[in-house]
Amino acid sequence: MFGFRFVPDDSNFNFIALRKLAFALSLILIIGSVSLTAKNGLNFGIDFIGGTAIEIRTPEMPDLELMRRDLNQLSLGAISIQEFGRPDDLLIRVPQQAESADQKVAYKKCVEKAQKSPKSDLVCLTVQQQAIETVRGSLNGMFTESAVDYRRTEFVGPQVGKELKMKGLYAIIFSLIGILAYIWFRFEWQFGVAAIVALAHDAIATIGLFAFTQMEFNLSTVAAILMIAGYSINDTVVVFDRIRENLRKYKKKLLPELFNFSINQTLARTLMTSITTLLALLALYAFGGEVIRGFVVALLFGIIIGTYSSIFVASPVLLLMNVRGGKGKQPELAQEGA
Amino acid sequence: MVRIAPWKMFLILAVCLYGFAYSAPNILSADKTAWMKENLPGWLPNKTVNLGLDLRGGAHLLYEVDLDVVFDERADFMVQDLRKSLRDKKIGYKRIGTVPKGVRVTLRDDSDPEAVRKIIRKNDSRLLIDTSSEEPPVITATMDAVMIKEVQDQAISQSIEIVRRRVDELGTTEPVIQRQGVNRILLQVPGANAEDLKRIIGKTAKLGFHLVGQLGARAAGERMLPYVEEPGRTLNVKRRAVITGDMLDTAQPSFNQSSQPVVSFKLNAVGARKFCDVTRNNVQKPFAIVLDEEVISAPVINEPICGGQGQISGGFTIQEANDLALLLRAGALPAPMMVVEERTVGPSLGADSVAAGKTASLIGLALVLVFMLMVYGGFGLMANVALAVNVALILALLSSLQATLTLPGIAGIVLTVGMAVDANVLIFERIREEYRAGRSVISAVDAGYSRAMATIIDSNLTTLIAALILFSFGTGPIKGFAVTLGLGIMTSFFSAIMVTRLMVVLWLEKRKPSVLTL
Repeated sequence: MFGFRFVPDDSNFNFIALRKLAFALSLILIIGSVSLTAKNGLNFGIDFIGGTAIEIRTPEMPDLELMRRDLNQLSLGAISIQEFGRPDDLLIRVPQQAESADQKVAYKKCVEKAQKSPKSDLVCLTVQQQAIETVRGSLNGMFTESAVDYRRTEFVGPQVGKELKMKGLYAIIFSLIGILAYIWFRFEWQFGVAAIVALAHDAIATIGLFAFTQMEFNLSTVAAILMIAGYSINDTVVVFDRIRENLRKYKKKLLPELFNFSINQTLARTLMTSITTLLALLALYAFGGEVIRGFVVALLFGIIIGTYSSIFVASPVLLLMNVRGGKGKQPELAQEGA
Repeated sequence: MVRIAPWKMFLILAVCLYGFAYSAPNILSADKTAWMKENLPGWLPNKTVNLGLDLRGGAHLLYEVDLDVVFDERADFMVQDLRKSLRDKKIGYKRIGTVPKGVRVTLRDDSDPEAVRKIIRKNDSRLLIDTSSEEPPVITATMDAVMIKEVQDQAISQSIEIVRRRVDELGTTEPVIQRQGVNRILLQVPGANAEDLKRIIGKTAKLGFHLVGQLGARAAGERMLPYVEEPGRTLNVKRRAVITGDMLDTAQPSFNQSSQPVVSFKLNAVGARKFCDVTRNNVQKPFAIVLDEEVISAPVINEPICGGQGQISGGFTIQEANDLALLLRAGALPAPMMVVEERTVGPSLGADSVAAGKTASLIGLALVLVFMLMVYGGFGLMANVALAVNVALILALLSSLQATLTLPGIAGIVLTVGMAVDANVLIFERIREEYRAGRSVISAVDAGYSRAMATIIDSNLTTLIAALILFSFGTGPIKGFAVTLGLGIMTSFFSAIMVTRLMVVLWLEKRKPSVLTL
């Protein structure tokens, strides 16, 4: 049973011949992702738009319809309830509350009053905090037999949401710049362009997945996209390293043939690493709990698409450019022997 | 070169040993770790991984301090000061009032603007003064950037002090209270309930000046209170406070005539009258300054204090005077604070997440181990040993650095497990290839390692870049993901290259195989 091979040793699959099909497929994927994102938008989580999410475990089986009706009579905007991993685990989302200037002043006055009378048990709450209290009060009223277990409460104010959004955006932009700079430094520009095309392909497709499924797009999604970017480049770099090596070795070989040859040589590794990573992620998906499931789904999708793009997008794009041309740097010599 | 220098071998083994030894406390039960901490010498590894709030349960609250209120208050003080000075110097003015972060005075036509400027400058030399050339002259004095920053810093540090005192009252362990940005305070309390925290922070500290009872015997209406600074020492004070915190207008650090640091305070009208009576009747007796049931100090009344102003002296250093003034003011929050972000995880979810994380990592690890063994046989076994070293090293580093492990952090470890074998896969596939191309076993192994190296560095560095950027921009749990991912890439680089290489070389030397079973 040992020494099992996914890829036969003499694998010589003609990937490059499939490039037109792959381009068409990728083009559909990208256009689909962009238009879906434009049309449906992303289901931004409270990290980015503000609001409150409360995860509870109910002491008895909940009647979602009834709960929905009751909570939406609190006039706190559209409150959504969904099952979260188990039928008695619920995720309740309360939208950002509009806060009038009067309410702000009232809050300030309340705090001033509390400061002047230290002995009073006056507790001041902002409109947002009041909304949380109201929802909790209503939930407590629904389950009187035993207490509701408040497993998680997350509240993000509008300003913080905006900041987190900017932070996420900066993180994506700066990692792209960082990766680009590294690729530029290590490879000739043609390789860099092709690697970034593949990376953008994967990132856009992942965003497209979120637009399509309307899964919550939050801070951990941004982390997942960065991770996917790192993985996609990693996979592409391995193939490119081999193409570069072979370009030096076989100066006469036709490029499509040489590319094919290189992809086949690295195919076993590409698949092996993707499989071990996917195995680890599948364990996380199955056993890691509901909280990180969205994160893991994004990573699973990203690893698969990253593997596809390193074979079918990055190399064919590189082929479109003049890698062997007189311009540009000569391929650097990797250390041999040593 | 298929040889490893002895010192290199030693170093590799030492790092492996470090990994296993320092990750070990995490596998032991909490009782055993506690026993080890008490009974074994301190240099032995006894630290465990620091669990994040999402795993141990607890509250994360981000408060925003409304600094405008503080500036408005300061502007009011400036107006009062200036009005008094103008009256003292008999300089006429038409109007005086506040502007944002400053004061504006409209002078009479016959008043000398230069004299007013001098007064303002004398009150505070850092004010930016602007004089309009119109008639009558209008002078505007506003705080400069340094002063603005000072006021902000003071308000925030005072707020933090109050928050700390309040939170300490809950008796929770290891609260994190930090300033964030200009006007925010981050509060993270493991094991706490956000509702309790919000309630307790909304309240104000209780300050009182009490008369002190007889030494020794405790009479009715008196009680023993401990000193803040000196554990064990207590003082017998009257139960009823003469002056309470709400009678205090301000308290500032200053110096007395003999240039010693003191705390000057000012009482409101009610407090001033009361304090005057009490001090007159109790000259040469001590009175206690009590904050939240603890004695801050018990100075002796030297003379009756009327007029509402007083000084507390007690051989303070400048720092101590500052602190005491702050504590006296700390009765009240300097400005309203509101929650702008809240993330609370209850104990049940935390425990579930820890269990889920453990299961997922173990199963993920097992799947990868079995798979590697299936595909690479004996070499796979070596890669698996390296993988075990890798996981041990990540845990050891997390424990030693006392970095925080979050749920996404666990995901990062699992992901690293999947990706850590990549370096070995690259090497093994290359060895297979070189062997097929007709090289001898030793030469194929040698070529496999050296040729795969550049690729391994390239591919690891790109992921490391993503992890570093995630670390600098990420917040909370996501930062935990970046930490484990980054550490995992670095440790996997060591384990996959050094550790397996050591094993492969030893195997080659011992067996001298002529056929490669890979």
